[in-house]
Amino acid sequence: MKYMLLICGDESAAEHADEGCGGWSEEMSERGVLQGGGGLRPPSEATAVRVRDDEVLLTDGPFAEAKEQIGGYCIIECADLDEAIDVAARHPAAGYGTIEIRPLWEP
Amino acid sequence: MSAPVDARTAVAEAFRDEWGQVVATLIRVTGDWDLAEECAQDALTLALQRWESEGVPRRPGAWLTTVARNRAVDRMRRAAVGEAKLREVAAMAVEPPSGEPPDDTIPDDVLRLMFTCCHPALAPEARVALTLRALAGLTTAEIARAFLVSEQTMAKRLTRAKQKIRHAVIPFRVPGPALLPGRLRSVLSVLYLLFNEGYSASSGDELVRRNLTAEAVRLTRVLTRLMPDEPEAAGLLALMLLHDARTPARTGPSGALIPLEEQDRSLWDRPRIEEGVSLLDRAMARRSPGPYQVQAAIAACHATAPTPADTDWPQIAALYARLSRLTPSPVVELNRAVAVAMARGPAAALPLLDALDSTGALAGHHLLPATRADLLRRLSRPAEAATAYRQALALVPTAPERRYLAHRLAALPPPLSVSPPTPPLRHRPAPASKHQSP
Repeated sequence: MKYMLLICGDESAAEHADEGCGGWSEEMSERGVLQGGGGLRPPSEATAVRVRDDEVLLTDGPFAEAKEQIGGYCIIECADLDEAIDVAARHPAAGYGTIEIRPLWEP
Repeated sequence: MSAPVDARTAVAEAFRDEWGQVVATLIRVTGDWDLAEECAQDALTLALQRWESEGVPRRPGAWLTTVARNRAVDRMRRAAVGEAKLREVAAMAVEPPSGEPPDDTIPDDVLRLMFTCCHPALAPEARVALTLRALAGLTTAEIARAFLVSEQTMAKRLTRAKQKIRHAVIPFRVPGPALLPGRLRSVLSVLYLLFNEGYSASSGDELVRRNLTAEAVRLTRVLTRLMPDEPEAAGLLALMLLHDARTPARTGPSGALIPLEEQDRSLWDRPRIEEGVSLLDRAMARRSPGPYQVQAAIAACHATAPTPADTDWPQIAALYARLSRLTPSPVVELNRAVAVAMARGPAAALPLLDALDSTGALAGHHLLPATRADLLRRLSRPAEAATAYRQALALVPTAPERRYLAHRLAALPPPLSVSPPTPPLRHRPAPASKHQSP
């Protein structure tokens, strides 16, 4: 079962940006859990794109101005939600931000 | 086969006793909650026809599970489910050839179902609804009535929860040792909420509410049988029994709630009290106290006092202090203050109320001024008591409480006169999460 971990935090989370994951990535890759992912640059550098009536519309900034923003993501492969919760809870960002676990759509 | 005369009773009993087991077994094998519920329902419908003419089978649970399993195979075949899965379901062990009951597997399925329904990744109201639907077999309409929401809202809640279990892959199992304590707390709190909803709700259909408390007691009994080494599970069952034992004395002819100290104690259910007390004693002997055992101990102090005057208030005050350390809450503190007033006099409790007041935790709630008013009345300080009663009256949410407070205010002596003998303080040994419940 594949899940995406969306790593969210408010502005104060930015100060953790260059801390890395304290060995989490290495451990999870070794266990075959971590399939990919990465950190995101701040939402102030985001561009939102829509196409309406064949016209490409651009907006500066993320989808929505929210207090918490996505700062990174991981794709993990786990047996079930309990394992995914355990993997997410071990991520250092769970200690200062919030991690949302989303099952991937499977046909 | 026994006589067919009581086929209807047998089906009703089987429904109550076996529903959760049939559904749990089918969920384990098919992984499909809706299919499991529909097939369990079909099996009961068939039982109603067959048992009347053919007699009640020796083991109704196994009969129902077999029929439900066959129904599941039919439905899955029609839905063109893969051969491998079909063979697995068809081979599902319901009754071993020897005829010995497979007792080691079936209760495990019920336990798995309890933990899955109460998984903390589900919203609390969804956990309660799922437990009532999957384990107790209440219909969506019945659950909706019990929680005063529309049937459509409740159906949506159940569907969403089942979809999450399926798509986010919430496992169908009893969690391992590392997760067990936290997950068991979630199961216990769902059962407790179920009980409270039936016991303390100030509105709703009386029958539906009795059904909720009965189901909460029954499911907690099942849990304590399956997890006999968990003292908090036994503590919760004891707490429920000790509260439930007072039910016959809790309401007057007009349906009005009767406070604990005015209840006719001869109406209390003695066997229930004895069972609760002995359960609690055995749980406490394990020396692993928790909030349910402490609350049950408080309920036991009340339940075993022959008259209100015999109540062991110093013991109750000590138990509230302990509960306050285990699960700090302003309502527990308030009850502790009342117990202290009963044990050592109203003057000893006033500083506790002041401390509680200064935290602001009960601001806007009538219980704090109402309790202060009662203490001041007992201290023969009628002017201050009247002020506090008026504050409480401005905040009180329910009509019976309002009537009670208005009655007390009117009965206060005019200031500076000699006060008549006053009735005792009102204590609310209510389940800690609720605010009024004699």
